[in-house]
Amino acid sequence: MDMVAKSLGEENNTGGIHPLKFTLWLIIISIIMMFAAFTSAYLVRRAEGNWLEFDLPNIMLISTVIIALSSVTMQLAHNAAANDNIAKLRLMLYLTFGLGIMFLIAQWNGWSELVGNNVYFGGVTSNPSGSFLYVLTGVHGFHLVTGLIYLAIVIVSSLRYKVHSKNMLRIQLCTIYWHFLGGLWLYLYLFLRLNH
Amino acid sequence: MSSTDISINKDVHHAHEEHDHHHDQNFFEKYIFSQDHKVIAKQFLFGGIFWGFVGGFLSVIFRLQLGWPEATFAFLEPIFGGWIVNGKLDPEFYLALVTMHGTIMVFFVLTAGLSGTFSNFLIPLQIGARDMASGFMNMLSFWIFFLASIIMFWSLFLSTGPAGGGWTVYPPLSALPQAISGSGMGMTMWLVSMALFIVSQLLGGVNYITTVINLRTKGMSMTKLPLTIWAFFLTAILGLLSFPVLFSAALLLIFDRSFGTSFYLSDIYIAGEALANTGGSAILFQHLFWFLGHPEVYIVILPTFGIVSEVIATNSRKPIFGYRAMIGSMLGISLLSFVVWAHHMFVTGMNPFLGSVFMFLTLIIAVPSAVKVFNWLATLWRGNIRFTAAMMFAIAFVSLFISGGLTGIILGNSALDIQLHDTYFVIAHFHLVMGAAAFFGMFCGIYHWFPKMFGRMMDEKLGFVHFWLTFLSAYLVFMPMHYIGIAGFPRRYYSWTGFDAFNTFTDLNSFISIAAILGFTAQLIFLFNFIYSIFKGRRATANPWHSNTLEWTTPVNPGHGNWPGEIPTVYRWPYDYSKPGAPEDYIPQNVPFSQTQSSNLPYERDLE
Repeated sequence: MDMVAKSLGEENNTGGIHPLKFTLWLIIISIIMMFAAFTSAYLVRRAEGNWLEFDLPNIMLISTVIIALSSVTMQLAHNAAANDNIAKLRLMLYLTFGLGIMFLIAQWNGWSELVGNNVYFGGVTSNPSGSFLYVLTGVHGFHLVTGLIYLAIVIVSSLRYKVHSKNMLRIQLCTIYWHFLGGLWLYLYLFLRLNH
Repeated sequence: MSSTDISINKDVHHAHEEHDHHHDQNFFEKYIFSQDHKVIAKQFLFGGIFWGFVGGFLSVIFRLQLGWPEATFAFLEPIFGGWIVNGKLDPEFYLALVTMHGTIMVFFVLTAGLSGTFSNFLIPLQIGARDMASGFMNMLSFWIFFLASIIMFWSLFLSTGPAGGGWTVYPPLSALPQAISGSGMGMTMWLVSMALFIVSQLLGGVNYITTVINLRTKGMSMTKLPLTIWAFFLTAILGLLSFPVLFSAALLLIFDRSFGTSFYLSDIYIAGEALANTGGSAILFQHLFWFLGHPEVYIVILPTFGIVSEVIATNSRKPIFGYRAMIGSMLGISLLSFVVWAHHMFVTGMNPFLGSVFMFLTLIIAVPSAVKVFNWLATLWRGNIRFTAAMMFAIAFVSLFISGGLTGIILGNSALDIQLHDTYFVIAHFHLVMGAAAFFGMFCGIYHWFPKMFGRMMDEKLGFVHFWLTFLSAYLVFMPMHYIGIAGFPRRYYSWTGFDAFNTFTDLNSFISIAAILGFTAQLIFLFNFIYSIFKGRRATANPWHSNTLEWTTPVNPGHGNWPGEIPTVYRWPYDYSKPGAPEDYIPQNVPFSQTQSSNLPYERDLE
């Protein structure tokens, strides 16, 4: 991509990895640190008592399945691009995008279920245990939206025949980020299951 | 189909490169929304200098109050309006002044101004790269910083004042707008500005790390890197790991303030009225804040470690003593910086056993710090020292780092901290070791790399006047503070005349204030020298300090892409100064061993 073309065009790369891919990993590390802060704050705060216990919304199990499926379709899209199977690539990208939207809808329904059970984000009756759940899912959801935006960019470039075996960078980055978002949710889900 | 696409892509790519090399950029592309690392570095430098004067000015105002508590300051009314009531500083305005002084100096000057300037400027030039890995992200980093600056600056002019809860913004004070006026709109703007600031730092830091890892020129192995690059690299890693945590903490604080959550709030009565918030923990914020906050002080000081090492070696005309030990100690300090945060919280009622663990880890930091000091002194030892203005600041940096570092050992003891916590002893400690020292490192860098930045020299005589006034006033301000701190004089107090124990320090406080005003005034000399030299300074040569690193192999005014021809290849480490047998007392990194047969060491003969 032309962001780095100038600096990379003529000189050799000492890192053995494309700079943008490396950059993406660094961004992922910073997101991990953010969630490490949230989840360790969760643990520290929970140990202090006055902690409202409630059931996790069941729909979150469904959203976990959805996001796992979307990781599969994303990988298939990546493989299709590597094999220059443009039709399959597009189909899988559409599927991934659809599953991503479905995941967000499921999370939204999870929030409605929480509100139905009188677990609120803020306000007089709220407890940090509930607020933490909203923050964890909300901040993850925000990152998923950024993933969807990037996915949309990849879809548009695939429509312009710009994603194929000789031009894999975009979809590689997208796949890494998407798997990360799936893994992050899996971690959050297990974390919440174990600490409830 | 795909093959057609590839050839189209190549054409587009080619056209783009042509565009870069031959088309003159317009004013906006060249100076405003530039993606050139050198221009972005200068933008950060100007931003940092601007903020430095704002932050310094605020400190002069509150020093007036502290130095002359009985005096009236009616003459300030034209500037501050409602904040001066009957000639007296409003107490809440005083709190806002110290808060903004801390925020501006720590984040906007010594983080953005320092790393932003020197990492951007030196990383591509010293590792031999045409530019940063992503010029676009780099530009974004500056402009998001600019946006954060505007919001922070704007908050200074709110009628309710800027944030007033201290630069550490501890809740519940900062979380409750009804607590003080500085927790109202000013605090909201502080949080928004800091959130943007963090995004800017992450964009910059990600770029620095990627560039150092991926874009080094041929031959530039990690153990041939100048120490500056190691320092910037580790600084960026610290930022990458710690700033997201501050972001998390700030986000939860924003929710507490604006969305009615209770992460940090519990069982609070304010103005006789009980708040509904239950279940929060104010200590939680301190843990999150200091998990950033402690690495942050190394984010401030590490770049200056690198700058000072480079300048001391160059101007002592000697190889840096213990190159690998310098890298090792910086790695050690970086690692330790993440496991000592609770030494800021010894008096929060934490478990004394936990306190002793953090005390132990804190005191270990003295070891790598002492290694560095030893190596700087050993580099100076019997060197052929050239006292340039930059060198003066570098040597003074070592002095300040020793004086400030020693008191760190005292403060790191959890038992001693009970007496010294939140006194002026702490103020004296961190102002010497990370405030003044980092400023000296920054000045050192500006004087040293000014010729490469602007193609002209700064005036050395004015530099010396600036140096001596700044150096003297730094010690005159902060040395007496140790004394009143040991006596128990608390920080952040607007007025202390009501306490008999502290009334005896009136003269000492006036003395400190006079020294502070002197120090601030001395910076005007620097400002004049800086601006004057940009336009009228003596023209620089390509390598005025006879230095070894790659930036001095570029033309006097390096253009877009830094080297007009091929990027130089690196053959040797950057510290071949006064090598026995060499005709000159420096051998730049791009000189192959085959050209220096008279000075090659036995093992280097194989490399000829």
